[in-house]
Amino acid sequence: MSWISNTFSSSIGRKVLVAITGLFLCSFLVVHLIGNFQLFKNDGGAAFNIYSHFMGTNPVIRTLEWVLLLGFVFHIYESYTLAARNRAARAVAYVESRPSQNSPWYSRSMALLGTIILVFLLVHMYNFFYRARFGDLDPDINNNADLYTLVYSSFKQWWYVLLYVAAQVALCYHLIHGFRSAFQTLGLNHRKYTPIIRAIGYAFAVLVCAGFAIMPLYFFFFKPELAH
Amino acid sequence: MAGSNPNAKPMNLTLKVWRQKNRNAEGGIVEYHVKDISPEMSFLEMLDVLNEDLLHKGEDPVAFDHDCREGICGSCNLFINGRAHGPEKGTTTCQLHMRKFNDGDTITIEPWRANAFPVNRDLSVDRSAFDRIIQAGGYVSVNTGGTPDGNEIPIPKPIADRAFEAATCIACGACVAACKNASAMLFVSAKVSQLALLPQGQVERKTRVENMVAQMDKEGFGACTNIGQCAAECPVGISLENIAILNREFISAKATSNNLA
Repeated sequence: MSWISNTFSSSIGRKVLVAITGLFLCSFLVVHLIGNFQLFKNDGGAAFNIYSHFMGTNPVIRTLEWVLLLGFVFHIYESYTLAARNRAARAVAYVESRPSQNSPWYSRSMALLGTIILVFLLVHMYNFFYRARFGDLDPDINNNADLYTLVYSSFKQWWYVLLYVAAQVALCYHLIHGFRSAFQTLGLNHRKYTPIIRAIGYAFAVLVCAGFAIMPLYFFFFKPELAH
Repeated sequence: MAGSNPNAKPMNLTLKVWRQKNRNAEGGIVEYHVKDISPEMSFLEMLDVLNEDLLHKGEDPVAFDHDCREGICGSCNLFINGRAHGPEKGTTTCQLHMRKFNDGDTITIEPWRANAFPVNRDLSVDRSAFDRIIQAGGYVSVNTGGTPDGNEIPIPKPIADRAFEAATCIACGACVAACKNASAMLFVSAKVSQLALLPQGQVERKTRVENMVAQMDKEGFGACTNIGQCAAECPVGISLENIAILNREFISAKATSNNLA
């Protein structure tokens, strides 16, 4: 079976893994975003807590959670492996280099953008996922764990909002390059479809990240104090 | 010295040139001044002037690669002012003319930088890694015998044109030099797509891409991250579409070839 390990440890094989997991993570973003729109419902968080209870207990979701974890692990591990190898491929740097004249900055900064997103992800997971799953949340009126109040109090802190919005900006640029790049890596480049893929990638990146960024901003600026 | 154009004013330039005695020696930037450079000179002719000055002074001339000086051989490869082949799009260094610069400019000249392209001396690098990649599969095996008729194998014109577009790669290495990752994928993809498009390339289609990619990785080139710096700096306009073709050739070869290694 050495051909399998040889394939996926080759430069293109690793790229393919990054592309496939990247697109899978894009699908996760869509689901996550749609679910989180419950936050906008003006019911003191009842709907959001029902949703989060469902996500934390449904066996299908709990199984997919492991698949999602694998997706993240592979995407991050393969990307860092490739980035380290790519960095090592030029041991002596140019004295003068002007890459801005041949390429956009975000395409050259995917590892940096990814690292910002990773830092955000760890903070985000600790604050919401860890505390919802293993933590100490009080029950709400429906006897569901009250994640909504935690979200509310987090999004009332300016530094937390700033971290979230900054992470969404990083994610947006990461997605603009990553979306179209995944198709190219999978060999899907065609003069008819590539311009469409690029346009969808832009729209996807901007809409998804704006959607996520609106949530902390909405809570921070517009959400009145909680009733109870 | 101003050449045939009476309006072309000679230029004085400051050159910051990478000097390095040999592969293992420590290199560094050395500053030189050249005078009365005609704007109509090519970049290499300007370096010839520098080297004549150096020889007159009894110093070692700057080593740089060049051959045809017509933009077709791919020998000349200089990283000029932070760009592969300099500031002009779609040109080799020999076809870059001094009219693209201004009197009084400072020009930084460096060799291609990639571990897979070690510096032989000064601005001259060893690009035999490209030769080894081609030797790994960038060819079509033919049986000897009578000369086949030119049109015996029908190839539709659009296919022939696309194969030819990929075949225009002159292997200068600007793609590697310009790429943040020092990746050779544009070079490799040009040869893989050229031969994958043609009927003659079908026999070795799968082993070719498997072996060429393996050799590319072995040589220590980086992996493509689809930035597009290579295609932007390519003097002959090899497109990124070729890298997509390389990727799908590789994926389908790995999935379907009989090679278990």
